[in-house]
Amino acid sequence: MFIINCPFCGERDQSEFSSGGEAHIVRPKQPTELSDDEWAEYLFMRKNIKGIQFERWNHAHGCRKWFNMVRDTSNDKIHAIYKMGEKPPVK
Amino acid sequence: MTNFRVGKTKFVDQTNRVSFVFDGKKYFGYKGDTLASALIANGIHLVGRSFKYHRPRGIMSCGSEEANAIFQVADNTDRTEPNVRATELEIYEGLNVKSQNCWPSVNFDIGGVNNFISPFIPAGFYYKTFMWPKNFWKNVYEPLIRKSAGLGKSPTQPDPDLYDHRHIHCDVLVIGGGISGIIAAKMSAENNKKTILIDDKNHLGGSTIYQDDENYKINDSKTKDWLVEQIKELKNCKNLVIKNRTSIAAYHGYNYLLAKENLTDHLSEDKKNNTIRHRLWKIRADKVIIATGAVERPMVFNNNDRPGIILANSVKKFIDFYGVACGNNNVIFTNNDSAYETAISLNQKGISSQIVDIRKSSDSLIVKKAEKLGIKIYWEHAIINTSGYKKINSVEIMKLSEDGSNVQGEIVKLKCDCLSMSGGWTPLVHMHTQSGGKLNFKDDDQIFIPDNNSTDHISVGSCNGDFELDDLINNTIKSTRDYLDIENNQFNEIKISCSKEKNKRNIWLIPSNINLGKTKSFIDFQNDSTAKDIKLALREGFRSIEHVKRYTTTGMATDQGKTSNMHALGIIAETAGVKMGSLGTTTFRPPFTPLTFGAIVGRNVGNFFDITRKTAMHEWHVSNNAEFENVGQWKRPWYYPKNNEDMHQAVQRESLAARESAGILDASTLGKIDIQGTDASEFLNRVYTNAWSKLAIGKCRYGLMLNEDGMVYDDGVTTRIGENHYIMTTTTGGAANVLGKLEDYLQTEWPELDVYLTSVTDHYSTASICGPNSKKILMKLFPDVKFDDENFPHMSFQNASLDKVNCRIMRISFTGEHSYEINIEAKYGKSLWEKCIEAGKEFNITPYGTETMHLLRAEKGFIIVGQDTDGTMTPIDLQMDWIVSKKKFDFIGKRSLYRSDTIREDRKQLVGLVTDDPNEVLEEGAQIVKNLNTKPIEMLGHVTSSYYSPNLKKSIALAVVRSGKNMKGQKLIVPMESKNINVTVSDFIFLDKNNERLNA
Repeated sequence: MFIINCPFCGERDQSEFSSGGEAHIVRPKQPTELSDDEWAEYLFMRKNIKGIQFERWNHAHGCRKWFNMVRDTSNDKIHAIYKMGEKPPVK
Repeated sequence: MTNFRVGKTKFVDQTNRVSFVFDGKKYFGYKGDTLASALIANGIHLVGRSFKYHRPRGIMSCGSEEANAIFQVADNTDRTEPNVRATELEIYEGLNVKSQNCWPSVNFDIGGVNNFISPFIPAGFYYKTFMWPKNFWKNVYEPLIRKSAGLGKSPTQPDPDLYDHRHIHCDVLVIGGGISGIIAAKMSAENNKKTILIDDKNHLGGSTIYQDDENYKINDSKTKDWLVEQIKELKNCKNLVIKNRTSIAAYHGYNYLLAKENLTDHLSEDKKNNTIRHRLWKIRADKVIIATGAVERPMVFNNNDRPGIILANSVKKFIDFYGVACGNNNVIFTNNDSAYETAISLNQKGISSQIVDIRKSSDSLIVKKAEKLGIKIYWEHAIINTSGYKKINSVEIMKLSEDGSNVQGEIVKLKCDCLSMSGGWTPLVHMHTQSGGKLNFKDDDQIFIPDNNSTDHISVGSCNGDFELDDLINNTIKSTRDYLDIENNQFNEIKISCSKEKNKRNIWLIPSNINLGKTKSFIDFQNDSTAKDIKLALREGFRSIEHVKRYTTTGMATDQGKTSNMHALGIIAETAGVKMGSLGTTTFRPPFTPLTFGAIVGRNVGNFFDITRKTAMHEWHVSNNAEFENVGQWKRPWYYPKNNEDMHQAVQRESLAARESAGILDASTLGKIDIQGTDASEFLNRVYTNAWSKLAIGKCRYGLMLNEDGMVYDDGVTTRIGENHYIMTTTTGGAANVLGKLEDYLQTEWPELDVYLTSVTDHYSTASICGPNSKKILMKLFPDVKFDDENFPHMSFQNASLDKVNCRIMRISFTGEHSYEINIEAKYGKSLWEKCIEAGKEFNITPYGTETMHLLRAEKGFIIVGQDTDGTMTPIDLQMDWIVSKKKFDFIGKRSLYRSDTIREDRKQLVGLVTDDPNEVLEEGAQIVKNLNTKPIEMLGHVTSSYYSPNLKKSIALAVVRSGKNMKGQKLIVPMESKNINVTVSDFIFLDKNNERLNA
């Protein structure tokens, strides 16, 4: 059970949050111009990494804000948390 | 001698006699006894039959590692509990226990025949044998196996006990109250850290508390005396909470731990009532110190499972702690020094013993002391066989060969009534690995020890692989000091003297003079797997420890292999010729010891199982005889039976009334989202399939929401209240998810939009009145409002007031009838409802529930999201092309509507079905086929909604059928168990196709 440092509320128990899958998948601006394959890539394809993964999380039972998290899925260590729209950390 | 109580100890109160019943017979023990010590005091060792071969089994340990002595406790149908370890159960007045896995009795067990046919029950026997014929499994094999196997019985009545959950935070959590845990807890608490010390026993001190030997001294006191002083001081520490009878069930990430505190299991029946039985502590600790100790290993040799064969340290604890002798004539079989302490303890009580040691020699202090006491030691010998059916009566020993792979020389027979065995010690690393910690293999001791670098907790004491007293104490002090970053402590100047083990020798599988195939060398006592089984699995090609474990079921019983895993690994490594540490180990999963379901659910049972949401009108529904349906967490009126009506009769009456005069529905549960902001119209354009920019203020519009994959997600009517203000309604069950999804898009994809969303579902109550007389009722309620079609047309809204309370009236229709929805602040909801009923009386206004609502909607072909759709239906599949805007540049799901899969012509599509017999009502979910003669029969779709329509006087159904769009008029078949029902595909709008009733 993680302790998550919500960028708006501070440290809270994981039970207040819900996970929203892989981060930084931008919805295409002009979906109609995409081929079936390109659209499918956006719609269905998600990574499932053992190691460092970029994820979306929502403080569902708190401020209800979405934010991004960098987490190592092999040991659940949270390396970074940053707001939506902010650039992911380089390292 | 029938009384095996051989001395007084301060842990068992011999002035306080306690009676208990074992297998129907009354026995006595004392307060402080466990069931195991009390049984042994009565000379009882045979307590159960083994799982597979039904061999007689006795108590083999004194702790949580016990594999044999598991009991059914209590014979009432609500509190009875299986698989309780006798070694952990404190006896109380009136305790009633039965042995398990034996029939008709533990002394005469019919399944014992399995022992003689055991050559035919090898590893994987069940997998191999019961494969065929296929239908035998269900009717023959499974019932038979279940009857003769099975570990105990479950209660059949609801649990009468209370359970509790509590959260607690601390700076330091210390797990285990043995000597190292006590040192760590004391250092922590004395340095102003809020500390919790947890121990699963009713007393602190672990195995040191009864260590009376002169060879072990701390600051010139015997270790037990030193420890008693420490515990006394510890209990005065201010920052410390001590939890006895509490065991850690799980160690999750980020130092979140679950601990089960046992509050009443040791109390007599009358004291159990009206109080909490177990409390589950949810602990969040800044730092965790694991001091869970080690368990002794058995030795694996032929017939090592007879009653009276017990772990050596347990024999010592029975003597020194409980004052109970396991036998009068002991043999001790060991590969290490610790068993010599048992021999010395026995000697001090005047009980004889002989030692069989596989090592060549040892000259440690403790061994010398044993020799001095005249205890006979057979060096470099091994036990090759044992005898005695219901209790051991002798062992046979032979000399080991130089390399330990064989035995040689003469067989010597030693008579005995108890055999102590010690194969060394296994650190309890469960907590460490549960939290994600890694293990390292230590060749010297053939043990896995925690890698303390990989975690944010530490392990100290024997669970860290420190077995010698001086190492154990010094390392505990140093590790704790470094980990907690503390400078001074009272343990800086500590003087320790102890016996040190010098010679080590380990043989995982003790050789015998007979062929392995004819031996029974048990590894896992509870699941009855032997060394032979492991070797067989390897011969059959299994290599991974995880596979061998599952194939042979080694380590998979309720004791989770605490005493068996290491031997299994050792024998696999030896047989496969690989290095022991290289195989890794099996995964230790929570819980460490079994957990009651009660402790897991806590207070969340019965009415507290889930949140119940009720509308403001709920009380009225209850007093008007409504039956309720659960919709998500909501309680919604299902139907309102009158005068002994059944559901069908009530629904038929309600449906007729709603179309012939007036019906009223509590629609408060529909989700309501208040949408404001300068971009609100644009936002709706993007989330709904249809266009919203041109919706005039004061008008309402039905909208369909898709997922990005093009599938229908939710629907509802949205009303434009003002220029930048809308009220969206959603389905009852979908409300929370729709809000979540809209927030997600706003925050992540379209942060540039100026839109604010607020859930107002609970803020408003909604009464929906429909039927040809609905307008007249509204006119009575709101005399100031003009209800003519010009001023108040269908799909529009007006503000109004009812007794000076503001409300919103929407003229929208769920049912296809002329209808109105009145929204009012929730606190006036009940009053609104009662006024509607009062005003509607002269029109026979009829309250109707969800069932009638569904029927009325089905008559009109209005879909219900979640009933007629299932996450695989596009609006095109639903023949709702009219609601999908062709002009809009984009909306959620638009691109998916022309993926290669969604434009297929042969998708399942919504159709109406009419049965040839108008009285035949189809079953919802029933399959639909065309041709019964092809095999396999091709399934075309299924029925989604089906009713007898009182308004049409015939059966109607909605269904999804492959290529159904073009099948109007075609004959299909709905095959049921008893008959095939002939149906015809029809239009799915059965009533009022031209919407004339809306304006009637």
